[in-house]
This record gives sequence, C-alpha cells and structure tokens, in this order.
Amino acid sequence: MKKLMTGNEAAALAAMLAGPQVVAAYPITPQTSIAEKLADYTARGELRARYLKVESETSAMAACIGGSLSGARCFTATSSQGIALMHELLYWAAGARLPMVLVNVNRSMASPWSLGVDHNDTLSQRDTGCLQIYCETAQEVLDTILIAFSLSEEILLPVIVAMDGFLLSHYTEPVDVPDKEAVDRFLPPRKAEYKMDPEKPCTFGGGVGAQVLYELRKRMQADMEKAVAVYEDICARFEGVFGRRYAPVETWNPHGAALGIIATGTLSGTVRAYIKHNKGKADAGLVKMRLFRPFPRARLKEALSGFERAVVIDRNLSPGSGGIFAGEIRGAFYGDRDRPPIFSAIGGLGGVDVTPASVENLAADVSGRAPESNDIIWMEG
Amino acid sequence: MEVLERKTEQIYPGSFSCPGCSLNLAYRHVLSELGSNTVVVTSAGCGSVVAGYYPATTSKVPFFHCSFGTAAATAAGLRAGLDMQGRADTRVVAWAGDGGTFDIGLQSLSGAAERNDDILYVCYDNEAYMNTGVQRSSATPLGSWTTTTPFASTEDRPKKDMTAIVAAHGVPYIAAACVSFPEDLRKKVRTAAGMKGFRFIHILVPCPTGWLHAAKDTVKMGRLAVLSRVFSLYEIFNGRDYRLSPMGAKIPVTEYLSGQGRFKGLTPEQQEIIQRDVDRQWKRLQGLAGGDEGGAS
Repeated sequence: MKKLMTGNEAAALAAMLAGPQVVAAYPITPQTSIAEKLADYTARGELRARYLKVESETSAMAACIGGSLSGARCFTATSSQGIALMHELLYWAAGARLPMVLVNVNRSMASPWSLGVDHNDTLSQRDTGCLQIYCETAQEVLDTILIAFSLSEEILLPVIVAMDGFLLSHYTEPVDVPDKEAVDRFLPPRKAEYKMDPEKPCTFGGGVGAQVLYELRKRMQADMEKAVAVYEDICARFEGVFGRRYAPVETWNPHGAALGIIATGTLSGTVRAYIKHNKGKADAGLVKMRLFRPFPRARLKEALSGFERAVVIDRNLSPGSGGIFAGEIRGAFYGDRDRPPIFSAIGGLGGVDVTPASVENLAADVSGRAPESNDIIWMEG
Repeated sequence: MEVLERKTEQIYPGSFSCPGCSLNLAYRHVLSELGSNTVVVTSAGCGSVVAGYYPATTSKVPFFHCSFGTAAATAAGLRAGLDMQGRADTRVVAWAGDGGTFDIGLQSLSGAAERNDDILYVCYDNEAYMNTGVQRSSATPLGSWTTTTPFASTEDRPKKDMTAIVAAHGVPYIAAACVSFPEDLRKKVRTAAGMKGFRFIHILVPCPTGWLHAAKDTVKMGRLAVLSRVFSLYEIFNGRDYRLSPMGAKIPVTEYLSGQGRFKGLTPEQQEIIQRDVDRQWKRLQGLAGGDEGGAS
C-alpha cells in the first residue's frame, strides 16, 4: 500500500515495524519528528518498547548500549551536533560489538549553526566501527532501516542510516508501506548470543592488554570486509520478500555516457534529473554510493569500469584535505593502471541547492580538465 | 551488635586494588546483599581497575565497563531492555566513583534520577581521581592535598553536597554509608533492594593511596570520618524525609585530619575552619532530620 510521507515519517514507521524494545532519543532539528512519532507509536501501544526520553545524545547512545547488552533490539535517531556528542559512545558500542540502528538526519555542524544538510556529521563517525548507509528517497529510508537491523544483528556492529536533512526528512514522497507480517518474516526478533544474563554471567569491556585490543580491531576489520557481502545477501532476501532491489553501489547510465558522476543521498536524485533532461548535451551517468562503511571498494570499481572519467560530488568537506568520498574513492583505485581520472567537486555545503544546472556546469567543467587535475571544483560560486 | 547473615559472595577472591583499598570491600558488601540475580555497569574509575583485567574478573554477576560519564544512562537502558524481556526481577546496579558521579556523570545521573529509572546507583567515594594519580574532584574535601591542589587551602571550594542534589530529584531512596560501618551499609542496601525506582547509595571508601594513611588504618579512617561527622550516615526517603543513622558520640575533626598525609600542611586555624564547616553541615543535617542525633552505635 502506498502512502505519502516524509523521510522522517518513513524512518519512524520503519523503526516501529522493526519492533525495537528500547528506544532512546533526544530532540534535535531536523530529526525531532522521528522522536515524536515514535513516542506517539509507543504511547498508543502500536510499538511495544520502553522509550527513554534522555537528557542528551550521550545518554541516548548509552541507553542503547545498555539495552543492546540486555539482548534487546535498540533504536535511536539524531542529527548533527547530536551524533557528534555521541561520538565517544559510538566507539563504545562498536567496540563492545553491540547491534543497534541509529538514524541520522544529516545537518551541517556548527559553528556557525545552520539547519541545512551536509554530511560532515556522519562522516566524522567514519572510524568508530559503525556501518554507514546513505539514502536517496523516503522509500529507501524505510527499507534501509529494516535491512540495517538485520545487518547490525548479524555483523554485531551498530548501523547508521543517513538521510539528508529537510531535502529528505521533511519532503513528502509516496512510500510503499510493507505489512507487519512480511516485516516479521524478514526480520524476526533479535536472538542475542552474548548478553548480560545472570544465568550466564560474563564481564564485558574490561581492561585488556595491547595484543588483545589489536586482535579485536583486526577482527572488526575482517567482519567489516565481510559485511559488504552480508549486506548484499540481506538485500537479496529483502528483494525476495518486498520486491525492491538495493545494492552497495548503483550505476545508472542510460545514454552510455563517458562521464560518471558519483553522488550520495539526495544529490543522486539531482544527478538523475540532470541525466534525464539533458540527453545529448553533456552526457553523464550516475554512480550512487549507498554504503560508505564498510567501503565497497570492489563494487565501486565495477561500477566505474565503463566510464572514461568520473567526478565525485562531496556534500562535505574535510578542511585541509577536501571531499571525503573523493579521497576514499581515489584511494580505492591506488595502484590501478587503467583507472579513470577521478575529479573532486564540493557542493551543497550547509544545504546550498545543488541544481541540475549546476550539475551540467560541473559535467562541462570536468570534460575540459586535465586528467591529473587535483584541484577542488567548487560547484557554487 | 547485629549478627550478619552469611550470604553468597558475588565476587571472586583477589582483585587489582591497592593495599588497604576499601572499594572492593564495599562492592562485596553491596553485591552479597543484592544476590546473584543482579547486573552491574561501572564507569571508568578505580572500580574498573579493581574489577580486573581480561581474562580476569572479580565479578560473579554480569558486569559491563561503560564510558566515564554514562553509568546511569547505561544502567537505565539495561533496565529497559531487561524489563521488555520479562526480566523485571533482575536488579540493575550502576557502580561509579566520585569523579564518575559528582563530575562527568552528573548529567546522566540527573536524567535517570529525574525519570525515576528503576536502578540502584552506588557511588563509591574516595574523594579524588585516585586511579589516575590523585587529582581533585568536586568530592575532594576542603583543605585536602591532591596532585592538582598541591598547596591545599581552606579557601578552596568545599565538597559538593551530592546527596542534596540527588534529593532535589525527589527519588524514593538515598543513603549515605561508610564501608567502616558494614552492618549499617548492608541494612541500607537491603532497604534499597526492597524498593523500586531510582535509589542512590553514597559510600565513603577510605583510600590509603590518596589519603596518605597506613594501609592498616583504612577502616579506622572511615570510622573517624563518621564519628567526627565529616561524613555523616543518614537516609533520605522521597527526597524529603531525612533520617540519621546511629553514629556514636561526636569527636573533634582534628582526630580525623591528623592521621592523613593529605591534610598534613593544615595550620590550627585552617583546621578550625574545617571544624566550623563540619559543624555547620552537621547542624543542617540535624535540622533536616528533626534533631534526632541517631544515638550511639
């Protein structure tokens, strides 16, 4: 059944369908309506969960850590400064190998404060050990949250589902709402192998020697590397139940163009619109990155194999370096002789509009650039 | 003297504590009263060191080392998860030091207290950041030397009144106890265990490493702290109803101060300032408790 809803409503609905037993959240724009909607579901008894209205995002993540330790399914949502405040706790959660799903509504980081979208908030959590999946549409938000619970509980790491603030969180789109029984089939209740159980007492997270920590980090990396395939398996299972297909990296190149534009989140939609309406002018194809952690290196290389040139649009900035996706994508091709030249563009920081026209300018700019050009292309101004 | 019932110990022999440390003794008393159907989270501090390094652990019950500032919130999440899985009978304990309670953990403590989450929060208070090498916390008393107050002065700020802060949340139960009064401590744990909602037990745990007294004098220092009313024993019900516990006849504060190296540099005038501060606090507490001095122990 299709319903009109915002990205935030889709997120809350997905969380409700997934049936977390512990929800902990703290309000922050533009995430707040997720926290409100979940409170509503809980108050009405549609979601049987303990909802902790905590006094900060630090405590929201701590409560999810505690909840997950008990063996319960846990959910939280936040944004911007909120996920930054959680930063320390994300290391604790991932380090303790605790599954949970965190929805982050992307918003630029202060100072100065601004409500608009960019991805610095989630990308700053890059090295915490949490998985990261970026969404383009409200449908994708809903579906990805269901997939994320399954993935998190299999890999035993937290999953961050990211969506663009306002552009996705607050715009209304048609969403195919899965029925609860199908969701239950796809996502049965969590079965925790390790938990705080007085009948099987264990100590978790205590001091370790250097070698143990080293080994645990190695194991985390190995599990992250496996996680791409696990994500693909879960997506295949999801497609079997719901008929919608997802992949770590997606290519859409209807005109067989030579230029690949790599984007993530709602930027992918803008690039799609440009491609759709500009046939024959400055042809380009879209390479959409859904998975950022684990980084889907092999899938990305396959996706770019048909292109002669590529440009990454980063809605983020690592000052002193440049676009974060661009850096990672270029790194993925290290040592490859036949890689396409990969250019780096920064667009849409702080929620500045990236339009099909600015994508057209970018495509034209890139086609005339020297292949070895390393300069940042600023899409606006 | 009340004869203690011998309960099942919830700790293993041996720990990583300093010689003469009373923290593990406090943990032992609290846990043996609570029993095996208990789970514990501890924030960074002496307690996380004393609990042992992997693969060793001192705890027989499930035990989680959480981040420094989040013992209360982690415990609240654990409580919520257990409740949702039909384990409301399992007791959840947040075990945190004075730094993790008075300072970095105060916000999450306030959140859990305000929500009246069904957890027992125990603060073991050794009055400074001891395992990192004796740095001042807001639980450090007036005139005490620490490595960050090298020239202690009575012009420094006095110890934060933590129980009053928790009491302002109107929680069902608060107790101030000392490891040197184990019968009283255990009784308070039993009282707390019989109640629901947010319960807070503040335990003074003397620390030879930071207080600079002989390891053999740990229990004595706790007794002197209580007898001098530097640390009084009492309970607060519903944030309002104060009840003093039996403490014995009041002694001068100098008897407490003189045995500890951390107060070594204090002049007689400074000791007098501390005495006046203790007297003022004691009078206030008596007033709150309706004048009952609690009688002899």
